Amino acid sequence: MTTLVNSPKGDPAVREDTPGATRRPRRPGRIRRLGLPYLLLLPALLLEILVHLLPIAIGFVMAFKELTQNFLRDWSAAPWTGLGNFDVAVDFNEPVGKALLHSFWITCVFTLMSVGLCWLLGTAAAVFMQETFTGRGFLRTLFLVPYALPVYAAVITWAFMFQRDNGLVNHVLHDQLGLADGHPFWLIGDNSFFALLTVSVWKGWPFAFLIVMAGLQNIPKELYEAAAMDGAGIWQQIRRITLPSLRPVNQVLVLVLFLWTFNDFNTPFVLFGRAAPEAADLISVHIYQSSFATWNFGTGAAMSVLLLLFLLLVTGIYLVLTSRGRKASRG
Amino acid sequence: MRRIRALASSAVVVSLLAAATACGGGSSSEGSNESPKTLTYWASNQGPNVEADKKILQPELDKFEKQTGIKVKLEVVPWSDLLTRILTATTSGEGPDVLNIGNTWSSSLQATGALLPWDRKNFDKVGGKDRFVESALGSTGAQGKDPAAVPLYSMAYALYYNKAMFKEAGIAEPPKTWDELTADGAKISKGGKWGLGAEGSNLSNNIHQVFVLAKQHGGDFFTADGKADFTNDAAVAAVKQYVDMMATNKIIAPGNAEYAKNQSLSDFSKGKTAMVLWQAAATTFKSQGMKDDEWGVAPVPVQSGAPGAGKATNSMVAGINLAVFKNTKNTDGSLKFVKFMTSDAEQKLLCKTYGSIPPVKAAQSDPAFDRPELKVLRETLATSATALPQVSNESQFETSVGTAVKNLFAQAANGKKLSTADVKAELTKAQQQMASQ
Repeated sequence: MTTLVNSPKGDPAVREDTPGATRRPRRPGRIRRLGLPYLLLLPALLLEILVHLLPIAIGFVMAFKELTQNFLRDWSAAPWTGLGNFDVAVDFNEPVGKALLHSFWITCVFTLMSVGLCWLLGTAAAVFMQETFTGRGFLRTLFLVPYALPVYAAVITWAFMFQRDNGLVNHVLHDQLGLADGHPFWLIGDNSFFALLTVSVWKGWPFAFLIVMAGLQNIPKELYEAAAMDGAGIWQQIRRITLPSLRPVNQVLVLVLFLWTFNDFNTPFVLFGRAAPEAADLISVHIYQSSFATWNFGTGAAMSVLLLLFLLLVTGIYLVLTSRGRKASRG
Repeated sequence: MRRIRALASSAVVVSLLAAATACGGGSSSEGSNESPKTLTYWASNQGPNVEADKKILQPELDKFEKQTGIKVKLEVVPWSDLLTRILTATTSGEGPDVLNIGNTWSSSLQATGALLPWDRKNFDKVGGKDRFVESALGSTGAQGKDPAAVPLYSMAYALYYNKAMFKEAGIAEPPKTWDELTADGAKISKGGKWGLGAEGSNLSNNIHQVFVLAKQHGGDFFTADGKADFTNDAAVAAVKQYVDMMATNKIIAPGNAEYAKNQSLSDFSKGKTAMVLWQAAATTFKSQGMKDDEWGVAPVPVQSGAPGAGKATNSMVAGINLAVFKNTKNTDGSLKFVKFMTSDAEQKLLCKTYGSIPPVKAAQSDPAFDRPELKVLRETLATSATALPQVSNESQFETSVGTAVKNLFAQAANGKKLSTADVKAELTKAQQQMASQ
């Protein structure tokens, strides 16, 4: 407060912006000016608290309660269990903990593969689309279709295509191309992992494409021209110019894709229903099952809190590492 | 600045208070008669689709309004959302006045305390407990407690078979025992046609089938005092017998392992499979273009002898119950509405439309319930149907054991031979999940 009052910088601005205020005492005008941004932010802040922070806080509280069906009607009466729910969730020798750990590994592998493929496909397509050729606009639009489709409708369609007996996938793979030996299952058993990965990549790569394409617009053409003069091939241009210039874009893109994929609930739930096959038991559906299907919301909340902590940790480490790397490369 | 800060902090406090009171709302009211002129009714989806249900129910609600002056707001909730909606309503305390529930959820929902208990006084207001069929009342809540709901529509499982396919295979009459069924199935299962259909990824349907088989093997999935007991010999034998129809007898098409959206019924209507075990399937067959005289119906097979009680059980007690939400603001009106819906006239009319059996004794005398299919279902309900375990963690049971059966079907579909040990291992996993929840 005091530093603000003593700051001489603000005064001229006040007078210029609000000519009528010059004759008034100085303090209220300054307060109004300083307060305005906060006042404008207030609705957003309130909504943020109401929509985001409160549910998180309530989830935190739930994680420490024994919130079973017996207390659903008046859940403030549910007994406190301290760390009981967490004990159950992380006791990896017991079935619940073991299943959670399994689901966690599946999710990690799935997320790594999905983000990697999304990024690779998106970047490759964006780089190719830099060249001008007929049909470029059409292809760009076409590539963005999966991103624009409503998730539920798109995934339901995939679920139909993955059906064993009448699905399009088996029809093409086996009946037309003769690649598969017999009709494999895609929605149950081990193949379900690849079915899920396919849908996830299909759904996610247009976003990577869009962001990388925007990033490419900022790289000056002269760099490529100079490199070409010096005899750099296309491959070297990509490695030495394109990728380093995309670094800040990629930093955000990979993080966002990681968080979205790791937390994705819609895709596995619509594809497999409430009991996902073990090979594709992603953590979000697993937590849903541990709370909604079994009506034990305390354990589910504890798992969610653990997931939140893990994601915070990963995000923190990632940001520290990548920004340090950037500083180093600049210096 | 200070004012702003004060404003901001008071806003935070207000929103926190608002949230806190919203959460606490569940416990405050205990049923009243504040708004005697309106009711909200959540109906389950009983007809071919939600729109059809609205068309069927609205005229009846208008009739009720004429009689009592109470306006009923109808919402037909799809099955996929119903349980979640009820749980949400329970937590928030804001829900309908009267609602349909799947009768297997009765005990689970009873434990939440969300539903008005049907004590003697309340039963008397709808004409007394004796108006209802005994077996249907067995599926309205835990034993020794006042029921959480009253039966509305009853159903039972039956064996539906394709007459032409039976004739072609030289089968004179429908199978009465499982041995006969597997033998008949083997005669039919060739050239892309299959003996029996199943919904391998539908958890509830899996439970209904293996529960009956466990009864036939002389056991259950719960002990007498309500503890989960999934790995006893009868339970293991039951699950093995069911999945073996795919794994060993090979009368269920492997593709059925991923069915969960009633694809087995369309396979039946298309003449791809010759038999299905289902509840009140007539309307579905009709809507899929199968004529009524093309299929026949028989009681679900037993291990030996004829259907009856105990080991000769051949169906669960399927059906829909009608419950009153404890937080209703119109208790008297809700009870009047339940009385109306379970009256003889409405029971006859609604059950006829939906192809189910009225759980009200007096309504069963209507000749409409004498057609062959309903006669079988009625007989089954009266003599050889058993209610699923009335335990508060019934819904966990459906999820855990239903998933175990689904996983076993998945293994069988990929050509694995299932040993008793394999089955027991899956059930042990399910049991451990129950124990630690």
